[in-house]
Amino acid sequence: MSDIVKNKAPVVGLFVTCLVDTLRPEVGFASALLLQRAGCRVEVPLSQTCCGQPAYNAGARADTKAIAKNVITSFEGYDYLVAPSGSCAGMIKEHYPKIFKAEKKWKNRAEALAIKTFELTQFLSEEVSINASTPETRITATYHDACSGLRELKIKQQPRELLLKVSGISLKEGKEAERCCGFGGLFCVKYGDISTGMVDEKIADLEATGAETVLGGDLGCLLNIAGRLKRVGSSMEVRHIAEVLVGSLDVPAILKTRKIKK
Amino acid sequence: MESSAHKFKDLAFTARRDAHLQAALGKLGSGFSLKRKEAARRLPEFEGLRDQAKTIKDHVLENLDFYLERFEERVIEGGGELHWCGDADAAQKKILDICRKANAKTVTKSKSMIGEEIAINEFLEKNNIEPIETDLGEYIIQLRGETPSHIIAPAVHLNMGQVEDTFREKHTTLEPGRKLDEPQRLLEEARSQLRDKFLNADVGITGANMLIAETGSTVLVTNEGNADLTHTLPRIHIVIATLEKVVPTLEDATSILRVLARSATGQEMSVYTTFCTGPKKSKDEDGPDEYHVILLDNGRSELLGSEFQDMLRCIRCGACLNHCPVYQTIGGHAYGWVYSGPMGAVLIPALIGLDRAGDLPNASTLCGQCEAVCPMRIPLPGLLRAWRTKQFEGSEKNTLGKILLKVWVTFVKSPKLYRGAMNFILMILEIFGRKSGGFQWLPLAKGWTQSRDFPSPAGPTFVSQWKKGLLMSDQEELQKRQKK
Repeated sequence: MSDIVKNKAPVVGLFVTCLVDTLRPEVGFASALLLQRAGCRVEVPLSQTCCGQPAYNAGARADTKAIAKNVITSFEGYDYLVAPSGSCAGMIKEHYPKIFKAEKKWKNRAEALAIKTFELTQFLSEEVSINASTPETRITATYHDACSGLRELKIKQQPRELLLKVSGISLKEGKEAERCCGFGGLFCVKYGDISTGMVDEKIADLEATGAETVLGGDLGCLLNIAGRLKRVGSSMEVRHIAEVLVGSLDVPAILKTRKIKK
Repeated sequence: MESSAHKFKDLAFTARRDAHLQAALGKLGSGFSLKRKEAARRLPEFEGLRDQAKTIKDHVLENLDFYLERFEERVIEGGGELHWCGDADAAQKKILDICRKANAKTVTKSKSMIGEEIAINEFLEKNNIEPIETDLGEYIIQLRGETPSHIIAPAVHLNMGQVEDTFREKHTTLEPGRKLDEPQRLLEEARSQLRDKFLNADVGITGANMLIAETGSTVLVTNEGNADLTHTLPRIHIVIATLEKVVPTLEDATSILRVLARSATGQEMSVYTTFCTGPKKSKDEDGPDEYHVILLDNGRSELLGSEFQDMLRCIRCGACLNHCPVYQTIGGHAYGWVYSGPMGAVLIPALIGLDRAGDLPNASTLCGQCEAVCPMRIPLPGLLRAWRTKQFEGSEKNTLGKILLKVWVTFVKSPKLYRGAMNFILMILEIFGRKSGGFQWLPLAKGWTQSRDFPSPAGPTFVSQWKKGLLMSDQEELQKRQKK
């Protein structure tokens, strides 16, 4: 690669999200690889932790601001911030500017970051293009539209088109693909019983599609769905869309037994 | 109405295990929302109408005093009386006053959520006046001694068999052999009971979907026509409505009507839309001799100018309930007071106090479906979050949740500390979870693990792995794999 092309490559700060960071690093690697295949230079600021959504939704405004300032400072130097989560990207894009509405300097910085913040499938569809295709993937899948991505960022067709284009997968749509799975961050712990009722409705809809794999763009929902499927003994697999797009299907699906490295 | 909103968790737990309720909720979930979607699709300007409706209400709320005074003038000009009431007590007393002056023994009522709010039925009964609900759903729950579980479909929690049992128990004149196995038969049975009540009532009480400042009219929307019999047959008509129901003109009212029924039930228009403008005029053949409007505040004016003002745009269509996955899981009674669903979770703390309804704003995933369908574009998730902020910042009390959040925030704000702590926790979890690949129990996460497994981590955090340059080897491995 010549230096000129190298310089032209947009630099993406990968906001990996706290859930991927701790519980599913594969999604982080898959995202980085996808961004590279789309011609971006990927950097991972080591100062990133969480977008602050748990604090924000708990009503802790001052704490949310402190966390948001860390994210803004860590990422404002890049051409883009990309996150493999509609929920975290939505937090940064839609809510950061609101949080700082009374602090002009930070509001401006939050708005500047918001403009260049994207959820992964949104970014791969709208800002860059990805031509590499993975070897034919023979899975039947259904897609769960995570709430924030769908309603805050209008992510609906992007993941479906990418799956078809990159992996040759066409989806079996659930009738209630847009229905909340009952995760809701701290909600699923504080109101575990209601959350269980909601995830049961969700998995009934997913199973009715006859697909063998559930895909989605938000690890929160996917952990919730996979956790319930495992508990009720379902064989359905759950994966983040990035894993499928990158072709790393030999990594066990969420909560399926991992091969222990010797 | 007495509140049991503080028992939300217990009520929700019971609701989840009520087979009749769950069956009823299963039907509700798709029915109303599909119909709304179809109705919106059939009207290309629907989204624009929502904007227009919002603009009308925002304008009213900025000029509420002006429109209320104008409405009052018009009501008086039309021969009616308007009674300003600050709270439920004042409204109850005023209504009783009017009934006593008329020497009323029975009062027919059409569906009114404000009636529930001020618990007018219990109050009238205590004062030896018999209130009779005439909306079929309200009639059924009145017989059963229940409260509405949905703002537009009060008996939605019941199935036909339960209604039949209620009628057989309460209608003493009902012949045992008579069949009540179809909705039509149930309706006929209720109608046969109600017909005389309509004719004999001394006073009719209705709610109002809107008040029109231009004309002094009150607008009523129903599907059964019972409201019309309630306000035309008795000698006295009392309308109970809260301040925020006022709109400037007839045209504004029709703009809002265009989104109301579509959002509520997916109908273009409700079956009956009635404009009541004062008592019977000299040339009128029907109508009441007296027309009273009880204009109730009951906490609304405190929301004006507050961060919750947007809530006053609500037109009580019920769309947010119909689309709420939490409501669909637990039904309306679990919310513990008059209202339910997302609008209830915002409004109840405002009307009875956050300390008495602390669970309601929290029992939501903030999925945003309510805001997406609200015809008045009320930012319901944002308002729920605003209550949470009040809770978090307003109380000195340190709950376990608050302490844990504070600890977590301390780590999140300090990336190095965070990384170290996370890697430590992941290491421990990996050791314990290695065999099974997941956890069925974790400390402080019973809410999750009671019904879901939690994955065992696969190693240190992504960021730590990236820092060590593990990406390159992974990439090479993946590329090799692709070449094969």
